[in-house]
Amino acid sequence: MAAFDTPVQHRSDKETLVCLRTLGQPDPASLQAYLNVGGYKQLQRLVQDKVKATDVITQVKLSGLRGRGGAGFPTGLKWSFMPRYYDGTKYLVCNTDEGEPGTFKDRDIIRYNPHQLIEGMAIAAYTLGARVGYNYIHGEIWQDYEIFERALDEARAAGFIGENLFGTTFSFDLFAVHGYGAYICGEETALIESIEGKKGQPRFKPPFPASYGVFGKPTNVNNTESYTSIPWILEHGGDAFQALGVPNSGGTKLFSVSGHVERPGNYEVRMGMPFTELLDIAGGVWKGRQLKAVIPGGPSTAVMPAAAIMGATMDYDGLSKAGSSLGAGSMIVMDETTCMVKTLKRLSYFFYEESCGQCTPCREGTGWLYRVVKRIVEGEGRMGDLDLLTDVSSNISGRTICALGDAAATPVLSFIKHFRPEFEYYIQHGKSMVTGKAE
Amino acid sequence: MLNIEIDGKAVEVDHGTTIIDAADKLGIAIPRFCYHKKLSVAANCRMCLVQVEKFAKPLPACATPVADGMKIFTRSKAAVEAQKSVMEFLLINHPLDCPICDQGGECDLQDIAVAYGAPASRYAEEKRVVLNKNIGPLVSTDMTRCIQCTRCVRFLKEVGGMMELGMVGRGEHAEITAYVDKSVDSELSGNIIDLCPVGALTSKPFRYKARTWELTRRPSIAPHDGLGSQIEVHIKDGKVLRVLPREKESINECWLSDRDRFSYEGLNSPDRLTVPMIKHHGEWHETDWKTALEFAAGQLKDITNADGGEQLGVLVSPNSTMEEAYLAKQIAHGLGSSNIDYRLRQTDFRLDGKRMGTPWMGCNIPDLQEMDRILVIGSNLRNEHPLLANRIRKAVAQGAELSLVNPMDDDQLMAVKHKAICTPNDMVNVLAQILKAMSGLQRLSLCLPKSLNDLLETVRVWDNSQAMAESLAGLGKEVDLVSPRTGIFLGNIAQSHPRFTELYSLAEAIASLCGATFGILSPAANSTGAHLVGVLPGEHGLNAKAMLESPRKAYLLVNVEPELDCHHAAQARQAIAEAECVIALTAYKSEALEHADVLLPIAPFTETSGTYMSMEGRVQSFTAVTKPLGECRPGWKILRVLGNTLGLSGFDFDSSEQVKNAIFGGQKPSTVVWNSLNNNLRELIDIQVKIKSNVLQRLGEVPQFQSDAIVRRSPPLQKTRAVQAPVAAMHSQLLTELGLDDGEMVTVKQGVASVLLKAKRDDRLPHGVVRVPTALPVTSLLGDLMGEIEVTRA
Amino acid sequence: MLSQESLAKIDRELTKYPADRRQAAVMSALRIAQDEKGWLSKETVAYVAEYLGIPPIAALEVASFYNMYELEPVGQYKITVCTNISCMLRDSDVIVDHLQERLGIGFNETTPDGKFTLKEGECMGCCGGAPLFHINNKRMCEFLTKEKVDAILEELK
Ligand SMILES: Cc1cc2nc3c(=O)[nH]c(=O)nc-3n(C[C@H](O)[C@H](O)[C@H](O)COP(=O)(O)O)c2cc1C
Ligand code: SF4
Ligand code: FES
Repeated sequence: MAAFDTPVQHRSDKETLVCLRTLGQPDPASLQAYLNVGGYKQLQRLVQDKVKATDVITQVKLSGLRGRGGAGFPTGLKWSFMPRYYDGTKYLVCNTDEGEPGTFKDRDIIRYNPHQLIEGMAIAAYTLGARVGYNYIHGEIWQDYEIFERALDEARAAGFIGENLFGTTFSFDLFAVHGYGAYICGEETALIESIEGKKGQPRFKPPFPASYGVFGKPTNVNNTESYTSIPWILEHGGDAFQALGVPNSGGTKLFSVSGHVERPGNYEVRMGMPFTELLDIAGGVWKGRQLKAVIPGGPSTAVMPAAAIMGATMDYDGLSKAGSSLGAGSMIVMDETTCMVKTLKRLSYFFYEESCGQCTPCREGTGWLYRVVKRIVEGEGRMGDLDLLTDVSSNISGRTICALGDAAATPVLSFIKHFRPEFEYYIQHGKSMVTGKAE
Repeated sequence: MLNIEIDGKAVEVDHGTTIIDAADKLGIAIPRFCYHKKLSVAANCRMCLVQVEKFAKPLPACATPVADGMKIFTRSKAAVEAQKSVMEFLLINHPLDCPICDQGGECDLQDIAVAYGAPASRYAEEKRVVLNKNIGPLVSTDMTRCIQCTRCVRFLKEVGGMMELGMVGRGEHAEITAYVDKSVDSELSGNIIDLCPVGALTSKPFRYKARTWELTRRPSIAPHDGLGSQIEVHIKDGKVLRVLPREKESINECWLSDRDRFSYEGLNSPDRLTVPMIKHHGEWHETDWKTALEFAAGQLKDITNADGGEQLGVLVSPNSTMEEAYLAKQIAHGLGSSNIDYRLRQTDFRLDGKRMGTPWMGCNIPDLQEMDRILVIGSNLRNEHPLLANRIRKAVAQGAELSLVNPMDDDQLMAVKHKAICTPNDMVNVLAQILKAMSGLQRLSLCLPKSLNDLLETVRVWDNSQAMAESLAGLGKEVDLVSPRTGIFLGNIAQSHPRFTELYSLAEAIASLCGATFGILSPAANSTGAHLVGVLPGEHGLNAKAMLESPRKAYLLVNVEPELDCHHAAQARQAIAEAECVIALTAYKSEALEHADVLLPIAPFTETSGTYMSMEGRVQSFTAVTKPLGECRPGWKILRVLGNTLGLSGFDFDSSEQVKNAIFGGQKPSTVVWNSLNNNLRELIDIQVKIKSNVLQRLGEVPQFQSDAIVRRSPPLQKTRAVQAPVAAMHSQLLTELGLDDGEMVTVKQGVASVLLKAKRDDRLPHGVVRVPTALPVTSLLGDLMGEIEVTRA
Repeated sequence: MLSQESLAKIDRELTKYPADRRQAAVMSALRIAQDEKGWLSKETVAYVAEYLGIPPIAALEVASFYNMYELEPVGQYKITVCTNISCMLRDSDVIVDHLQERLGIGFNETTPDGKFTLKEGECMGCCGGAPLFHINNKRMCEFLTKEKVDAILEELK
C-alpha cells in the first residue's frame, strides 16, 4: 500500500461500513481484500444469470439511494432515464472530482476500496447498456489516482472489466481520467466537457447527459459514493439498504468532518444519525471550545449556527428541516473563535476564483461579492454593503447555467442571515468582533 | 406544431423551436448578446432571461425549446428584473468609454443598457482591464470592452471552419484571444466585427474614421467573386468608409468575405486615375474628355479603316458590368471586329460554340448546403469563393460527402471524404476513371455513347476514383434521380486549365450518369453576365488568348490590367507593348498600362450604375453610391460617347437602365436568363484522356487578394498573412530531384522569360507541379498559368 | 519537443478514447508534458496541440483553465498550499507564513536559486488532513506543523 500522510484513521464502532467495508483488511485497496468481503460476486451473478436491467433498477429504487454528489437525486430514477434502445456507444461516468471545500470522502473510497467502485460501475454499465466508462478523478489527489489505475489493471487482469466478461457478450471498458485543478469540473456537464478535452464549462441543460453526454452520446453520471453503494445493495437487497437509514434517506453516508474537531476524517454512518453523535465520533469540538457554527454539506449548503444544528439529524430531511441541506455530507465545524466575516471572505474568494466564467451573473457577480466582503474585512465596509451583498447574491441565484452561481450565493446569504451583527460590527468598527483585529 | 403564448400573443411553432425564435417570429424583441441565429447556442450572456409559467426560475429564451401550451412573459416584472440584473452585471466591468468607441451608435450593449440599465452604478470596486491583442490588419481589438459572449469564437470555429480564437483563462480572468501571438487569418474574419455586440472587435481600416450617424448607407453589389453578395456601402463626405453585408439569406446570408468587405480601401487608392490622359511622344499628358475621346476614336478608326476590324482586339474584364460589356461589344462590332472576349484567364476554348447556353453554377446557392454528395474539380474553394466554400462546409457538417479533384491539397477547413491530388494533366485521367467507374456501377443502367466508351476502354480505375464514383452515385444510400442532391462543380483552376474541354465534357458525362447537378463556379462578379451579353468572339473572331498570341494593332481594354489579368502575362505584356494603339478604360494608373496610348478614367462600382449577373444567374442592378472621383465617368457613359464619337449607331442611351433594357430586349431579365442558362453540350467533343508528359507543369493560381484591380490596391488586404511574397512551391521529393533546398533562390523559367523566386517545400502539391502564383508584378514576366515550367538553381 | 517516454505515455492515454477523439487526451497530454518540462511554454502547448491534431488555441484554452498547469516557469519544487476553509480553520495561515519566511518568497514567487515556487491552492479534497500542501502536483503532505514543514524542506534541499 502506498504511504500516505493520513494514517488509516481512527474508526469508531458507531460506524457502519458499506462503502469502506474493506477497511480492516491488511491491504484494503487490493483486489484480494475486496474479494475477501464478497467482491465482484454481484456483478458475476447479474451478468451470468442475465438478470433483467429493470430488476436491478427496482432494487436501486427500493434502496432509497440518493445521489451522493450533493444534489441528492434518486439514483434509481436517474438510471431509468437512460435510453434503453440506442445503437451507438453509451457511456458511464463516475464523478470523483470532489473539490467542494470540506469534501474528501471519495478520495478515501478510491484509496481504500477502489474495487467496490469498479464493481458498482460495472453493474451500472450492465444495467444501463454502457460500453465504456470513465472515472474522473480530482487532479490534486495524484497518489489516489494511481491507486485507482492499479486497481483497474488488477480488475482487468482478473476479468472483471474488459471484453466479454464471464464468457458472455457483455463488455465494459473502464478508464481513469483526471482533472487538473478546477472545482467546476465537479458539475457533471463541465466534467463531461473536461473528459472531451475542453475547458470545464458546464453545458446548458436540456439536453441532459442521459441523452447528450460524453461525445454527445447518452451518458449516466453518478458520484463515487453512489456507485460504490450499489454492490452492497444488490447483495443485501434494496430494502436492507433503505433500512440502514431513515425514510427518504436510505443507507449509510460518508461524512467528511473537517475544521475545528479533534479527529477530522471520514466517518461512514447510518443516515439519520443525530448531529451530536457524529460530532462525538469526530472527537468533539477541538481544544474544549464551544461550537459556533457548522456548514453541514459543503459551502454550497447554508451555514447553521450551533443552536440550529445541535438538534438536527444527519439526513436529507433532517438537515433541510433545520434550515440547510445534506449536500455531499461535508461537515465543516467552526468553534467560537471563528470570525465569520473572514470565513465568508475566503469562501467568496473560492467561488470567485472557481467560476468558469462563461455566464454573466456568476462571472461578474462572484467577483463583486468577493470584493465587497474583502473591503469589509479590510475595514473599508459601508453600511449599505450587507444589503448590496444580499441583493447581488439573489441576482446571481437561479440565473446561471449551472448551480455554481447558486452555490456562490448561499454562503453570502446564510452567513449574513445568521451572523448579521458580526458583519455590522466589522463594518462599524473596522475590525472583527471575534478576534478584535482587522486584516 | 405547438401552440404557445408569448406576452399574451398566441403563436404556432414547430417542434424544437426556441423561445427566442418564436418571439422573433412574433416580432417581440427579447434582448440578447450571445445568441446569433447562425451560430450554436451558448446561453452564456443570460440577457434573454424570460419568465415562463410554472417555472420558478427565469429561463434563457435562446436555449429553451418551447413546449406545447407554454406561456411566456418577456416583459413581466420577474423577466425585467432578471434582465436588469444581468445588464447590471454586464456593465460593472465594462469601460465607460462610449464616447471614443467605434461601436458607439450601433452597440447592442449601449442600446440595451439604455433600455434596461439602472441610472447609477452600484459597483464601486476596481474595473477589470484586459490587455489588447493584435490579431491582424483587419480587425481591431479593445478587449476590455469584451462581454465574453463568444460569438467570435463560435463563428471562426463553426463558420470559418477553424478555431482561431478562444477564451483562455477562467472566471473573471477569462479573455478572448488568438493563440499567443497569432493573427486571425480566416478569409471570413471580418464577420466577427459585425458579430461582436460591443466595441471589442471593430474594423481596423475604419477605426476612428466616422461615427455611425454621420454615415450615409447605400445598397450595392460586391464586385469580386461570382457570388453576388449584397453589400451596404457607408459613405461620409463622398468617400466610401466601409462596407457591410446586407442580409440576404439566399446569397451571402448575413456574411461577407474579407475581400468583399475590405476591398473598398482600394477605391481610395492614390493610384486612382482621375483625368483622361493621352500619351504623346512617350509622355503622358492630362487632357479633357472631349480631346481624349476624339483622339481615341480617331486612332481606332484609323487602324480599323486601314487594316480592317480584325486588327482590333477588345478585352473586357469579367468584373465589368453587363452594360459596359454590352457597349464594348457594340463598339467592337461597330468597328467590324469580332475579336472580343471576357475570359481573360482561360486557355482552352475548344468548347466555344458547342455549349447550349450560358454556363452557370447549375443550381442556386442555398442548394449547395442541401446536397449530400459533392464533387469539386479544380478549385481552391476558400481562395476562389469564400462564402460558397462555407455553404459546402455546412453541407459537409451535415454529413455530405465531399470529393475533390485538385492539383493541390490546400486545407479547405472541412472534411474531405475522397480526394485525388494530381497534376493538372492527370486531372483529366482521374475524371475519366470516375466516369468509367460510374458507368460500370450496375445500379445505373444508362450507358455512354460508343466513342466515349471506346476511349475509356484503356483507362484503369484507381481505388479512390472508384470510391468517388460510388460516393457520387450514392451507392449504399437512397439514390434519388428525380431531385438529385448531388452536385459536380468546376472551379477557377478547371476553367483556366489547358484541357478545360476534357474536364468539362467528362464532368458533364459523369453528372448526367448520376443525375447530378453540373455547374461552373464563375470566377468573377460578372462572368456569367458577360457571357449572356455575348462578349465572345464572333464566328471568325479571336478569343482572349488568340488576341494576344497573334498580336493586334489596336486594343480596347475595359477594366483590364493585361499582364495581371490575362492567362499569359508575358504574352499580354508584349502584345500591349507592341500594339500601335491601346485605349484603356481604367480606374487606375498602373504600370501594366504604361504602354497604352489613351487612359480613360472609369468609375469603379461605387461610382457607377450597372448590373452584375451572378453565377446562379441572378441579375442584380445597382446605382452609384458616390459621385465619380475627379473626372472619372461611368464606363457605360464613356463607351456610349466613344460610340457616338466613332459615329456608330445604336448608342443612344441616357442611362444604364436603358442599356440594360437593350441587353434584355425589353423582356424581363429573369425570362431571358432562364432561357439562356444551360451547361449542356450540343455534341460530344473529341477528347483525349492520356497525355504522356514528363515536363514540370506550373500551377498558376490567382491569390485571393490579387483577383482584380480594386482588391490589389486595398492596403489592409495586402497586409494580411494571406498575402506573401510569391514563391515557387513544390513537393519535397521534387525539390530533392531538382537538387534544391527549401528556401533557396531559383530561376523559374517559362518560354523565354524567367524570374527569380524562393523555392518552397509544399507537400500538399503533387509531384510534377510547381506552384507559382499569377496576378503579381513579380511573376508577370511568366507565361501560361498551367503551362510548362523550368526550375533551376539560381 | 517531448521525449519518447512522454509520447508513449500520451499514446497510452489516447487509447482511453475513440480514435477520432484525440482532443480528449489533451488534459493528460499537457500534464505529461509539464511533468517532463516543468512548465508549459507556448511552444510546448503548441507541440501538444499538433501531436493531438487540434488547434493550438484549443490546447491553450485547457492549459489556461486548470490551475495545476503552469504557463510560466516554476521552481524545481512547486509547493501549493491549500488555504481554503477547512485548512484555514486549522491555521493554514501559520504554515503559509512559515513557508514564506523560510523561503523568503511570497505566493507566485520563486526562490532565487530556482528551487522553490510557492502557490496558493484551492481545496484539494483532503480537508481531513488540514493544513496541507502538495509538491509538484503529485505529493500530498498533510497534518502540517512548522516542524514538519522544516523537515520536508530539508529533505528537498
Ligand atoms: C459547482 C458544482 C460542483 C459539483 N461538484 C461535485 C463533485 O465534486 N462531486 C460530485 O459527485 N458531484 C458534484 N456536483 C454534482 C454533479 O453535478 C452531479 O449532480 C453528480 O455528480 C451526480 O451524481 P449523483 O447523482 O450520484 O450525486 C457538483 C455540482 C455543481 C453544480
Ligand atoms: S454558473 Fe458560473 S460556473 Fe456555472 S456555468 Fe455559469 S459561469 Fe460557469
Ligand atoms: S479546505 Fe483544504 S483541502 Fe479542503
